[in-house]
Amino acid sequence: MDLLTLGQLLNTTLVFSTALIFAALGGIFSERSGVVNIGLEGLMMFGAFAAAVGGHYAQDAGLGAWAPWVGVLCAMAVGVIGSLIHAVASITFKADQTISGTVINFLAAGSTLYMVKLFFDGAGESPLIDGFKKVSVPVLSKIPVIGEGIFNSYPTTYLAIILVIVIYFVLFKTPFGLRLRAVGEHPSAADTLGVNVKRMRYVGVMLSGLLAGIGGATITLTTTGTFAHNTISGQGFIAIAAMIFGKWNPLGAFGAAVFFGFSQAIRNYVQLFEWSKNIPQEFIFMIPYVLTIIVLVSAVGRSSAPKALGEPYDPGKR
Amino acid sequence: MSAAAPVVELKQITKRFPGIVANDSISLTLQKGEIHALLGENGAGKSTLMNIVFGLYQPDEGSIEIDGKPVIIDSPNKAIELGIGMVHQHFKLVEPFTVTENIVLGMEPKKGLKIDYKSAAEQVRKLSEQYGLQVDPNARIHDISVGMQQRVEIMKTLYRGADILIFDEPTAVLTPQEITELMAIMKRLVAEGKSIILITHKLKEIMQISDRVTIIRRGKVIDTVTTSGTNPNELAEKMVGRGVTFKVDKQVPHVGESVLKLTNVNSKSKDGVPVLNGLSFDVRAGEILGIAGVDGNGQSELIQAITGLRKIDSGSITVSGQEIANLSPRKISEMNVSHIPEDRHKHGLVLDFSVSENMVLETYYKSPYNQGGFLKMDVINNHAEDLIKQFDVRTPSIETKARSLSGGNQQKAIIAREIDKNPTLLIAAQPTRGLDVGAIEFVQKQLIAQRDQGKAVLLISFELDEIMNVSDRIAVIYEGQIVGEVFPQDTNDQELGLMMAGSLKRGGNAGA
Amino acid sequence: MHRLKKIFATDSYIVPLVAIVMGFLVGAIVMLIGGYDPVAAYSALFKRVFGSPYDFGEAIREMTPLMFTGLAVAFAFRSGMFNIGADGQVLIGMTAATLVGIQLAGLPSFLLVPLAVIAAGLAGGLWAGIAGYLKAKRGINEVITTIMLNWIALYLSNYIVRNFLLLKGQNRSEDIPASLSMTFLNGVFDNARVHWGTAIAICAAIFFYVYLWKTKQGYEMRAVGLNPNAAEYAGMNVGRNVVKAMFISGAFAGLAGAGEVLGVFHYQSVFAASPGYGFNGIAVALLGLTHPLGVILAAILYGMLTYGAAGMSFGADVPPELIRIVIGSIIFFIAAQGIVRWVLKPFYLKRKKEKVS
Repeated sequence: MDLLTLGQLLNTTLVFSTALIFAALGGIFSERSGVVNIGLEGLMMFGAFAAAVGGHYAQDAGLGAWAPWVGVLCAMAVGVIGSLIHAVASITFKADQTISGTVINFLAAGSTLYMVKLFFDGAGESPLIDGFKKVSVPVLSKIPVIGEGIFNSYPTTYLAIILVIVIYFVLFKTPFGLRLRAVGEHPSAADTLGVNVKRMRYVGVMLSGLLAGIGGATITLTTTGTFAHNTISGQGFIAIAAMIFGKWNPLGAFGAAVFFGFSQAIRNYVQLFEWSKNIPQEFIFMIPYVLTIIVLVSAVGRSSAPKALGEPYDPGKR
Repeated sequence: MSAAAPVVELKQITKRFPGIVANDSISLTLQKGEIHALLGENGAGKSTLMNIVFGLYQPDEGSIEIDGKPVIIDSPNKAIELGIGMVHQHFKLVEPFTVTENIVLGMEPKKGLKIDYKSAAEQVRKLSEQYGLQVDPNARIHDISVGMQQRVEIMKTLYRGADILIFDEPTAVLTPQEITELMAIMKRLVAEGKSIILITHKLKEIMQISDRVTIIRRGKVIDTVTTSGTNPNELAEKMVGRGVTFKVDKQVPHVGESVLKLTNVNSKSKDGVPVLNGLSFDVRAGEILGIAGVDGNGQSELIQAITGLRKIDSGSITVSGQEIANLSPRKISEMNVSHIPEDRHKHGLVLDFSVSENMVLETYYKSPYNQGGFLKMDVINNHAEDLIKQFDVRTPSIETKARSLSGGNQQKAIIAREIDKNPTLLIAAQPTRGLDVGAIEFVQKQLIAQRDQGKAVLLISFELDEIMNVSDRIAVIYEGQIVGEVFPQDTNDQELGLMMAGSLKRGGNAGA
Repeated sequence: MHRLKKIFATDSYIVPLVAIVMGFLVGAIVMLIGGYDPVAAYSALFKRVFGSPYDFGEAIREMTPLMFTGLAVAFAFRSGMFNIGADGQVLIGMTAATLVGIQLAGLPSFLLVPLAVIAAGLAGGLWAGIAGYLKAKRGINEVITTIMLNWIALYLSNYIVRNFLLLKGQNRSEDIPASLSMTFLNGVFDNARVHWGTAIAICAAIFFYVYLWKTKQGYEMRAVGLNPNAAEYAGMNVGRNVVKAMFISGAFAGLAGAGEVLGVFHYQSVFAASPGYGFNGIAVALLGLTHPLGVILAAILYGMLTYGAAGMSFGADVPPELIRIVIGSIIFFIAAQGIVRWVLKPFYLKRKKEKVS
């Protein structure tokens, strides 16, 4: 039987999950601070674009294996810049957060392609780059199934898993995390104790840009190798779903992201089976989206959402 | 007074908001060890002034001196630095956090990168002991009582080393016993060298605890007097600007048949916690039944159950003999039940609708407002014109959005709409909350007028004075049960307070 | 949501006008940075739209689906919901119209065409209704569900076209015999693909206005949108209104689909990715301040921009994506009104001073 092994399925799952993990973690920072971030999709687009362009020039400059990391750095920077638009509109100018997030998605879709055409003589996509190579962890990668599944992954996957733990610690064990959560739950309480609400929210939104940027970069640097109009196609929104499903908790979001990654991986996996020939491919393509809805239907609504989510902070209002 | 410089001196503070001068050249001094009351009606400018002291607003004119030195307080941080702490009327507590987390927020003790929760909790425990506050550092806010939450607010200021404490309407949500405890705490704070500004509109408390009183009206200081040299009547007159009678005029009620009857009503919250717990009482035609109780003992759920906004698990609710339990709000409304909701912004009005549209919020679908699915705007507008005249709703026009009306006029609009339905049962929840004296009088008179016309009136209020003055009969609610039924002339604040705290049961079906 | 209502309830049209100007300025700056000539680009844009009867007709063709999807998004907004799913609803509407148009081809035209159009509206409405139902019954944020439904709609409509309607050897359906084309205008517009959908869209806008502001049901829907708690207190069925509002919203979007397949293409393609009508609809709705008249005007502007963008690309070599930046900026300035007011401030001050003197 010439099929993918279980280990390979796990490995593919993690490839698909990684971008979602980054973006969902970003979403957690923003929403825990009280700012809805529906712009994750656009921020991922910025990241994917910057990684493709930055990675391309770094590769041309002969940086070799370091080139993808340059791409990641560019993605972080551009992600943060993109998120600043959202922050300025929704925090400083108190725009509706959902609309301002939508603006990000619009601007990202327009400006990334505009720049690709500008940089690459009107081409519809950026030049193909090498991207990351999978790295085997010595010893651990020899473990059956898990070794192949987890410990022979892209560096970004390892980074994502480490970040889940780090961000959990930051959110729940450090003063910064306590303040960030307080700002999202009860901004005026935080304000009266001298916590700068606007600054915390700016930081939250910028971190979401940074992380979603890395998420987007992950896709160009490990999956597509190039940036085009369809490089990011809905992952940002699935990341939002993962964040909600994971109850705004890094560990939960990690679990949800892996679940959604799995539903994407399984659609490639299923097609290798003979019996799947009878199932129209469209139905297989639908799996992740149908699953998302089913999951949301079965999960509890917004009960665990930060209480002040979506409300601009106005110190004059009591 | 002592020769030392006052701990706080406000000099001619002026603060303007668009269209209004909230503070007009206000001066005030606070001496060390003093409890200085700031008296004024809702909207007189007390909170604005204190928000200036606490750095939340900047004054347009005037200056502030602390210990004789001029300061600029441009943020709460700066206020905290200067030793000013504020106990807010609406507690500023993060509900899912613990007591300790709420107290240390913004000034967390650290161990490495982590918050040192151990030493934080220890500090909280020490403070709690020093001032006799008895707060459990590890409890979560949503699990502790309102009185406890207030102590957490006090500890937040003490933890930051505040010497000047501002209490903003601290007794609004407390039982009489809790108020007594709070007074004791305040005395202890002063004895430990703190100075206190007490913002309130309750004369009784001022007379009990303050050393001096500054009265402000419409943003201006009317007078500053020594408490021992004044009396409640004088203070009231200065606050309102005219003579005030504390008693509400009313005739002896002509009580008729039972209109609303609740029998053994049970209802659970989403998490399965019982919120209405075998609750029974009735309201008769021609009487006002007042429900007294501390906020959060099932009052909101009770109203929701009667008006159809909440399902009950067992028991019966009848209006004029007909079962209404678990009917839709519309069905119940059509049985001549009117309801002045406790939160007029959340439930009472669609703020972005015009006054006119708000006046038909419950009747828009009926003739003559609706004909064949189309709204008759001219009929609706005429109706609104009638009502605003009849109930003296001050609005530029009927097309004005409800949002731009003052609180008092918004409430008048709601009352107009509800009374216009000619109800047999009128439910009034917190009908005077946040209103000034004139509006309060208006609302209470309307309730009594309804009762005099033979309507059954159910009044729910956290203001004990209002319950005592307006009701013909009082039922006390505690943890979703009626624990006592008394007549206002047979009881007093202390007894009601004990019942509200669940430590006394009396009369009615409570014993049964 | 709530703030949004406030913004769009004001009848100040100055802010959107200034926002449009500022959006064009941002576009011009971006072009200058990219080394393009903004004046040449913008004039190429307008030349493209007004240059010939054919182009003008085609620009109208471009505006039509935008009117529908703009109305769809605006209608949901007025009822308190953000319908990001107009995209999917358009696709489902298209598919329903194609399905009816091809499968019932034997019917006479005066029956077939209305049936296909109605099927499109119904299908789009029901599709959006799923999101409404999930919101009403399970409290699930409609933003997420409508996005997911977009993808499902894409694959579902592709499945239907590929399996039941395919033209042999092609990646599209057979030709649809039902047609909404205004062939009698072929002379006027030089065979541009103008169709009855435009007229239907304007009727839809009138329906939007009358229904929402003149009827009992519309009153309920606005109350639910502005304050669901008060609506519930007043005895309105919030859940039912949510589903109904989404249905109507989706029906508008579905009609856009009918216009595209019956009036423009006369067949349905297998789409590799979502055609994006819905996302443009969001922009149109926001630009039109979620008022039906505003939406129609915004759709006209937006349609001109997107149609003219191709002209920009031929005439001044500017990538047409630039227009998305312009539109994104316009919405940004409308959403963050504070920025516009800040820009306008000197003018206001001046006016005040003049009054004084």
